[in-house]
Amino acid sequence: MSTAAIEMPPKGGFSFDLCKRNKMLAAKGLKQPSFLKTGTTIVGLIFKDGVILGADTRATAGPIVADKNCEKIHYMAPNIYCCGAGTAADTEAVTDMVSSQLKLHRYHTGRESRVVTALSLLKSHLFSYQGHVSAALVLGGVDVTGPHLHTIYPHGSTDTLPYATMGSGSLAAMAVFESKYREGLSRDEGVNLVAEAICSGIFNDLGSGSNVDICVITQGNQEYLRNHLLPNPRTYISEKGYSFSKKTEVLLTKITPLREMVDVIEGGDAMEE
Amino acid sequence: MDTKAGDLDAPHSMGTTIIGVTYNGGVVLGADSRTSTGMYVANRASDKITQLTDNVYLCRSGSAADSQIVSDYVRYFLHQHTIQLGQPATVKVAANLVRLLSYNNKNMLQTGLIIGGWDKYEGGKIFGIPLGGTILELPFAIGGSGSSYLYGFFDQVWKEGMTREEAEQLVVKAVSLAIARDGASGGVVRTVTINSEGVTRKFYPGDTLPLWHEELEPQNSLLDILSAPSPDPMVS
Repeated sequence: MSTAAIEMPPKGGFSFDLCKRNKMLAAKGLKQPSFLKTGTTIVGLIFKDGVILGADTRATAGPIVADKNCEKIHYMAPNIYCCGAGTAADTEAVTDMVSSQLKLHRYHTGRESRVVTALSLLKSHLFSYQGHVSAALVLGGVDVTGPHLHTIYPHGSTDTLPYATMGSGSLAAMAVFESKYREGLSRDEGVNLVAEAICSGIFNDLGSGSNVDICVITQGNQEYLRNHLLPNPRTYISEKGYSFSKKTEVLLTKITPLREMVDVIEGGDAMEE
Repeated sequence: MDTKAGDLDAPHSMGTTIIGVTYNGGVVLGADSRTSTGMYVANRASDKITQLTDNVYLCRSGSAADSQIVSDYVRYFLHQHTIQLGQPATVKVAANLVRLLSYNNKNMLQTGLIIGGWDKYEGGKIFGIPLGGTILELPFAIGGSGSSYLYGFFDQVWKEGMTREEAEQLVVKAVSLAIARDGASGGVVRTVTINSEGVTRKFYPGDTLPLWHEELEPQNSLLDILSAPSPDPMVS
């Protein structure tokens, strides 16, 4: 009955202790910090030999573009990749976590990971957080049972589809897919269609932009085409360079890549006690 | 994210029309195929009739996440139960397991379900489990947002002891009527027929369904409709 509580290890998960205080502060006029969201257009489609995933590369923090060239296609397993839309931290964390779980599972079972395994792990994690982990994912891969493509919503529901789009640009991309998708596309046709859908999102949705990333997964092989298309090049670069205010004393304007400072010793002695 | 594009952050819900009907020798389950997030159709060809065991199927409505999780849990429990029992589970047991999950988690779940199946003791059975976790054994059950438009229809058309063809046609007609009037239902009509011989899945694409009051023929292009003479202006 003593009030001195035993120090229990934290159980993990969300702590909602500050919710009331946050609500009170918001009512008083405090602006909540905005989190980094990937506005995003992400797509996936099944073609003749496997799965093609595509994504744009813009990450936004409110109205500002925080990262002009981020990576939204995450590695899950050698034969499974996952595109993520929603809060960037949530998509990164959840895909990293499930990727590690899949690796352990591969060690346990001695077999190639299956897409439905990744699907179940992601789905049960997202459902248990009741939609507070804001990650909307397009999961695709090829395993022994064939090519698979799934969408996973933040509340934990999933769909299995031959072509799928997610994110704020999903309507623009889905319009392209609905008019041009057919079964049994070749690799080049598929890549072009995915690039077209992502471009549709990039140019028509404010939350998506910059470049197109593509990942082609087939039986026993995957190709990660980072920056497959760069439709938004920086066309004007001022010759004057940076201008500092008069009081600034410019010491050095040279950027030294850190790699140059490292000496790599070939061979070398083995570690000894 | 711009809310003009429909609320894409809204939870994935299945507007839905689901139906389960008994006939002389088994049951027929039917559903539409639309899953919506707010005003956007997230999946226009979803399968809302999920398998629990070889002889028991479940129609899902309401929150997509909640209904998928409930069906996954019940499939798992039924699998264990079948192993322990040594023979196929009965429809009553399957329905009861669904009811226990729905009732005991009623504050957190938002899903209406219809269980249908065939077992050797009782034959074809339909159980309705609406929000809250009541279990109702019924000769026919309807659920989902589109079911509101079907209560009068079933009152008039329902009769005991239909044949398999009559039951299947009734289900398809009912789902297509609901699709015509309910915005949250649409896509294709899927049916699953379960009897002593096994399970048959049927699929009816939108253009094979009958057209109801004021529904237009499916067109390939708007230009075909626009070129027709405009209808007479309304005169009182």
